[in-house]
Amino acid sequence: MSAILGWTYFWVGLTFAVYIYIAWRSRVSDTKGFYVAGMGVPPIANGMATGADWMSAASFISMAGLISFLGYPGTYYLLGWTGGYVLLALLLAPYLRKFGKYTVPDFVGDRYYSQSARMVAAACTVFISFTYVCGQMRGVGIVFSRFLEVDINTGVIIGMCIVFIYAGLGGMKGITWTQVAQYCTLILAYLIPAWAISYKITGVPIPQIGFGSTITVGAYAGKHLLDTLNVIAHDFGFIEYTKAFASTNVNMLNVFCIMFALMVGTAGLPHVIIRFFTVPKVRDARLSAGWALFFIALLYTTAPAVAAFARYNMIETLNDKPYANVPAWYLNWQKPGLTAWVDKNGDGKIQYRPGAAFAGRPKWKMKDGKHELGKYGEPLLANKITDNKNELYIDRDIMVLASPEIGGLPAWVVGLVAAGGLAAALSTAAGLLLAVGSAVSHDLYYRVINKTATEKQRLLVARIMIGVAIACAGWFGIYPPAFVAQVVAFAFGLAAASLFPIILLGIFSTRVTREAAICGMLAGILFTAIYIINAKFLGGANWFLGITPEGIGTVGMVLNFIVTGVVTQFTKAPPKEIQELVEMVRIPKGAGAAIDH
Amino acid sequence: MAESTKDMKAYWHRNLQIQFWLLLIWFIMGYVLSIFLVVPLNSIKMGGFPLGFWFAQQGAIYVFVVEIFVYCKLMRNLDREFNVDEG
Repeated sequence: MSAILGWTYFWVGLTFAVYIYIAWRSRVSDTKGFYVAGMGVPPIANGMATGADWMSAASFISMAGLISFLGYPGTYYLLGWTGGYVLLALLLAPYLRKFGKYTVPDFVGDRYYSQSARMVAAACTVFISFTYVCGQMRGVGIVFSRFLEVDINTGVIIGMCIVFIYAGLGGMKGITWTQVAQYCTLILAYLIPAWAISYKITGVPIPQIGFGSTITVGAYAGKHLLDTLNVIAHDFGFIEYTKAFASTNVNMLNVFCIMFALMVGTAGLPHVIIRFFTVPKVRDARLSAGWALFFIALLYTTAPAVAAFARYNMIETLNDKPYANVPAWYLNWQKPGLTAWVDKNGDGKIQYRPGAAFAGRPKWKMKDGKHELGKYGEPLLANKITDNKNELYIDRDIMVLASPEIGGLPAWVVGLVAAGGLAAALSTAAGLLLAVGSAVSHDLYYRVINKTATEKQRLLVARIMIGVAIACAGWFGIYPPAFVAQVVAFAFGLAAASLFPIILLGIFSTRVTREAAICGMLAGILFTAIYIINAKFLGGANWFLGITPEGIGTVGMVLNFIVTGVVTQFTKAPPKEIQELVEMVRIPKGAGAAIDH
Repeated sequence: MAESTKDMKAYWHRNLQIQFWLLLIWFIMGYVLSIFLVVPLNSIKMGGFPLGFWFAQQGAIYVFVVEIFVYCKLMRNLDREFNVDEG
C-alpha cells in the first residue's frame, strides 16, 4: 500500500468515525429536533453547517478547475453562488425564522392559506433537491474509486450507509453537527494545499494575495503571475486569462440572466433556506447568513487563486516539454484516463494549445488487456484526433485533486484532500435528503394525508422517507441517468422561477392572494421547464432574446412576478388573519418560542 | 401587540430603506463593477491585478460578506430603537 493510499484510508476512516460519533451523540426523539434541530443551533455553528451544506462536490472539486480553464468568465459562478446569500440574509432568512415552522412548503401553505399551494411548493422542493442529490452520490462514488481504489458502486453504497446513519438517527440535529465537522474537514483540505502552492510560486502564503503577486523562480521570475498567464495565453493562442468579453458578440443580457438566476436560485434552494430555521432567534438568522457567507468566501476567494496557480503550474511543467520527462502526477492521473497526450507532430514533446486534442474523453487502444504504446511510451488513443495543434487532454476536475501532487506536498496532504472531497459531497447530500424527507413526511403526509398523526408516527415516517430518498439517490448514483449533468440548470432555474418570488412576495406584500401565488408558481415553473427541455433535450433554439437555459430562470422569475401581480388585482384580498401573519413575520420580537403545530 | 400600527409602519419603512441601500451596493459590486464596467476597469492596475478582474474574482465577494454583517448591525440598532428587539 502506498503512503498516499494509507493516509487516505487514515483520514477518511477518522472523519467517518467522527461523523458517526456525532450522529450518536445528537440522536433525537421529537419532530422539532428532527426537522429544525430544536431551533437551538448557535449562529456560528449554523454558518459553518450552511457552508458545508452549500458547498458540494462541484464547489470543492470542479470549480477551481473550471475557472482555471475559463479565466475571467469563471466569475459568473463565483459571484452567482455567493451573491445569493446577500438576498437570503436581507430578504428571506430573518422573516422565515420568525415564521417559526419547519419547512419551506409550510410557509407557502400557511401564508397562502391553501393546501394546493403547499403541495405545489412541496413538489418543487422534492424535484429541486432530488435533481441536485443524484450528482452528489455520484461524486462520493468517484472520490472513493480514485483515492481508495474501490469500485464506484461500492463507494456509493458506503456513502449511502454513512448518510443514513446520521441523517436517519439525528435528522437536522445530526446533520447540523456533522456538517460543522465536515466544514472543518473540507476547508482544511482546500486551504492547506492552496497555502503551500501560493508560497511555492510567489513566496506569499496567502493565496488571495499571492495570485496578484510576482513569481519567485523560473523563466518568469519577478513578473506578476496574472501578467505571466496573459503572456503565455497570448503566445500560444489562448484568450488572455484576465480578459473579459474577448469575443465581440457576447450577449450581455444573457450574462446578466445567468448570474441573476444563480443568485436568486441559491436564495431559493430549500435545503439552504431550512438551515435558517434552526437558530434560536431572528437576529441569529441574520447573523448566521453572514457567517455562512464568510465561511463560504474562505473557499470561494481561494478558488480563483488555486485556479491561476494550477494553470501556471500545468503549463510550466507540461507545455513544450518532452513526454519522457513528464512528472509523476501526470502519470498517476493518466491511469484513470484524466490526462492524455497524442503526439500530432511527432516531436515527442507535449504541445498545449487551444481546442480539444481529440473528440470526447480518452478511450485507450487496448490489446490483450494492455495499452498499445506509441513511440515515446505513451498509451495510444482510439478517439478521433482533431486537426488543431493541441496535443494535451487534462480533465478539469483534477486541478484541485492533483494540486497537492503538482505542488510536491507530502502524502498526508494528498490523503486529506480526498477526505475533504467526501465531506463536501456527503454534507450536501445529507442536507438535500433532509429537505426531501421533511417535504414529504411533514408537508404531504402530516399536513395533507394524515392530519391526526402522532409525534411518534410523524417521526417514523420522516425516518422512512429519508431512507427511501437515500435509496433512490443511491440508485441514481449507481445507474446515473444520461441527463444528470443536463438537469443542474433545472435546480437553479426552478428555484429561481418558483419558490423565491412566492416567498419574497409572501413577506413583502400583504395583498398577494392564494390564487395569484399558485398561478405565479405554475407559470414560472412551466415556462422555465419547457424552455430548458426544449433547448437541452429537443435541440430547440434559445428563442427568447438568445438567453441560454442556465439563465432562463431569471425570465421565469420575472414572469412569476408579473402573473402573481396581475392575478392578485382580480382576486379577493387574503383573510385578515393572513395579513396579520405577514405583519407578525416582519418584526423580530416574539420569535423565541417556536410555534408548534 | 403593544406597539402601535403607526410605529410598525415606520419600522418597516426604515427596514426597506436599509435593504434598498445595501442591495444597491450589492448590485454595483456584483454587476456594475464586475461585469458591465469590467473592460474599462481592467486598464487600471492594482498591484498584479487588473482592477475589474479583481472586483469580479475577489472584491465583490468581500463586500458581500461585509454587507451582511453591516445589515445585522443596522437592524439590531433599528430593532432596539423601535423596541422590537428579542432581548
